[in-house]
Amino acid sequence: MLEENQLLKFTKKGIYCPQGKFYLDPWYPVDYAIISHGHADHARLGMKRYLCTNDSKAILQHRLGADINIQSIPYNEVLKINDVSVSFHPAGHVIGSAQIRLEYKGYVVVFSGDYKTQPDFISTPFEPIKCHTFITESTFGLPIYNWKTEEELQTELQSWVKTNQANNRTSVFFGYSLGKAQRLMSLLDGCDDIYVHRAIHNLNNAISGSGIDLPKSKLWSADLDKKELQNKIIIAPPALLGSRMLKRVPNAATALCSGWMQIRGNKRWQAVDAGFVVSDHADWNGLISAVKATEAERVYVTHGSQATFSKYLNEIGIEAYELKTEYGDEALAQAEKETEKIETE
Amino acid sequence: MKQFSKLISAIEITNKTNAKIDALVEYFRTAPEKDKLWLIALFTGKRPSRPVKTALMKQWCMEITELPEWLFLESYSTVGDLGETIALLLPNPTHHIDITLSEWMTELKQLKPKSDEEKKEFVLQAWSGLNQQERLIFNKLIGGSFRIGVSKKTLVNALAKLTGIDANQLMHSIIGSWEVDKISFEDLILGKHINYDNSKPYPFCLAYALEKDITELGEPNDWIVEQKWDGIRGQIVKRNDEIFIWSRGEELVTQQFPELVEAMSNFQDDFVIDGEILAIKDSAVLLFNDLQKRLNRKNVTKKLLEEVPIGFYAYDLLEYNGEDIRNKPFSERRQVLELLFGLVSLPSHIKLSHLVQFKQWEELYAIRENSRSVNSEGLMLKQKASPYHTGRKKGDWWKWKVDPLTIDAVMIYAQKGSGRRSSKYTDYTFAVKKDDALVTVAKAYSGLTDKEITEISKWVNKNAIEKFGPVRTVKPELVFEIAFEGIALSNRHKSGVALRFPRIARWRKDKPVDEIDTIESVKELITAF
Repeated sequence: MLEENQLLKFTKKGIYCPQGKFYLDPWYPVDYAIISHGHADHARLGMKRYLCTNDSKAILQHRLGADINIQSIPYNEVLKINDVSVSFHPAGHVIGSAQIRLEYKGYVVVFSGDYKTQPDFISTPFEPIKCHTFITESTFGLPIYNWKTEEELQTELQSWVKTNQANNRTSVFFGYSLGKAQRLMSLLDGCDDIYVHRAIHNLNNAISGSGIDLPKSKLWSADLDKKELQNKIIIAPPALLGSRMLKRVPNAATALCSGWMQIRGNKRWQAVDAGFVVSDHADWNGLISAVKATEAERVYVTHGSQATFSKYLNEIGIEAYELKTEYGDEALAQAEKETEKIETE
Repeated sequence: MKQFSKLISAIEITNKTNAKIDALVEYFRTAPEKDKLWLIALFTGKRPSRPVKTALMKQWCMEITELPEWLFLESYSTVGDLGETIALLLPNPTHHIDITLSEWMTELKQLKPKSDEEKKEFVLQAWSGLNQQERLIFNKLIGGSFRIGVSKKTLVNALAKLTGIDANQLMHSIIGSWEVDKISFEDLILGKHINYDNSKPYPFCLAYALEKDITELGEPNDWIVEQKWDGIRGQIVKRNDEIFIWSRGEELVTQQFPELVEAMSNFQDDFVIDGEILAIKDSAVLLFNDLQKRLNRKNVTKKLLEEVPIGFYAYDLLEYNGEDIRNKPFSERRQVLELLFGLVSLPSHIKLSHLVQFKQWEELYAIRENSRSVNSEGLMLKQKASPYHTGRKKGDWWKWKVDPLTIDAVMIYAQKGSGRRSSKYTDYTFAVKKDDALVTVAKAYSGLTDKEITEISKWVNKNAIEKFGPVRTVKPELVFEIAFEGIALSNRHKSGVALRFPRIARWRKDKPVDEIDTIESVKELITAF
């Protein structure tokens, strides 16, 4: 399906660039991996060399080991690898997340990784890049997914915390330690003291250590005095749901924060008190506007609603194909758990 | 509608009944008079008939959003609710309409006789003036059902908390005959339109599952044994020429069973009888499956009355001509009950619960094993001297159910209820062999450990064939033992059989697919039991 001059080969190990001799977010160990962002389904163990953005470097080292062979460059800076020009461009997904742009003999491919088009208070905002071929995610590739603005979300979350406080309850938010946790911290900043689970705390330290400012937070450890936590804010990875550690939180009101919360049924299915629609991914209009802005001749749709989204793109006159990868929510949930070795006791 | 919308959000966000009750109480404390009445009407199924067809609403939504039909349907299959799908798909509102729930209901009532064009104008106007949550509610008000986890019981408990009035009385009041425009909220909850003295039920006496060997129960002669019929436990209350039927869920279900009401009006005496509401045809008890066709219907058609006639097996007498006799020994109550039933001639499907005759405990094993052949769930053991307890009490009454039936089936579909974050496939569909093909026999949700669910989810991800919609077709490889309580022939199911309470007994990793049951071997269970 793909011609040699189009720069990419879809292999069992991942998306490969034969001209540059490197892979993009491979899921099996390879010699040279260019990494879009730090989530565990994109940044995996076992690569001989890694290349990522400056802002992702500390995250990768924290998660994959300080001893990995890693190189980083700033956003927008071009690095030549075997005649292929490689550069990173903000994806607005999590701290350090990037789209990967490849150019070879005038032909441009952009691999989106995961992205979010709406700006938030913490990650570098998404920038559309013109290209010939665009590889897009499609996690929320259905028209029912439309997000609120960051300001609306802030009001919604903070007023929930205030209501909880009025009822003498401690607000507990669940979200992945990379991305959602920092986003929640930024949304809740100034509301009250924020306590974070150790997995988040350690990651935050790594991020701050590399010179990125984060909102203030304290470590939520198991031996903390209950009185200290009362009526405060806790942020924890989803693995903590139903854990013993959670049971020790005084009068907890729990909230899941995810794009899936858009659907009532998903809220009800979880044993939580609230569900907030907070997503690190592009919503339907975000996906469409991003694809259009690239002016790509050809679009490959990866993880999520790839069948639906590619069918729709073809209907509106954009040549699109499904691309099977090992990225996505399910892989992420599992991989994140394994990467973090989260303590729940 | 802001207030109502707030209430719905509060109810939806929690799975704790007490939190729902608190939200309802708050609403009743603050909402306008008419809105309170509408809330009760809507949550008890007293809704006006649908003024706009769903097909039109879908069409208008597609026009506004310019989405192709397949994408609308794909969205619908992910969301699982049409009103919600539309609410999510529509563009942001352009203005805000702020009128009360009762004002909306009045407008919707007036909409019914209008032309499709007028309806369209009204609905579009409303859609563009409501936020997402309000739109969803608006769509629900138009039609569909308000299934948001508030049962009549929850509603009644909230009213009881608000007013201090007895919950059963409130149940009678809200179920009774009343109209929003013709009664005040106060009169409604005070029950001005009803006579509660006539309907008042007693708390049901409940039994625990037998946990010791039956021979340890003592003298067989001290016990009365009956079949444990698999219907709906009910109390029939007859006082001052009024008849009420209460279900064990403390709901008034009188209107659902007109033939029982008719039969009971043969009696001169007043009474409260505890018994089992059953589907009975030609003197045989039908399966619960059949009885279900008669439940929660607004109207019982003549055809349905003939297809699934309702009968009643009387277990116990709690009140006789105004006297509460619950503290008398069961054997005495039963005697009075027998006398009472001797007084009038009743249709054959309304009778006393048959007593199992036995001298030695050992005789009961075979009878219990045979329960399924008469569509009973097992046996009930009641101490002759026992009073009619309030609620569940150990010792005097025991239920002794038969073991479930099992088959081995293969998983063919897995579903995770549309993109839920936990990303686990938890709902499965199972099939057995039919000639060279497979045929679906059951859907089951529970019975596996979290670890097994995780393992299966991973497997499903790797072995999914279908990719559209929330359901994954998987390679037929994983075999499970499915347990269930009963089995019946069914036209509604492709396999021709319906299983009752199917659940996963265990994952048969040891069993290859070609050793699963065939539809023939499954059907043999019907004749065997």
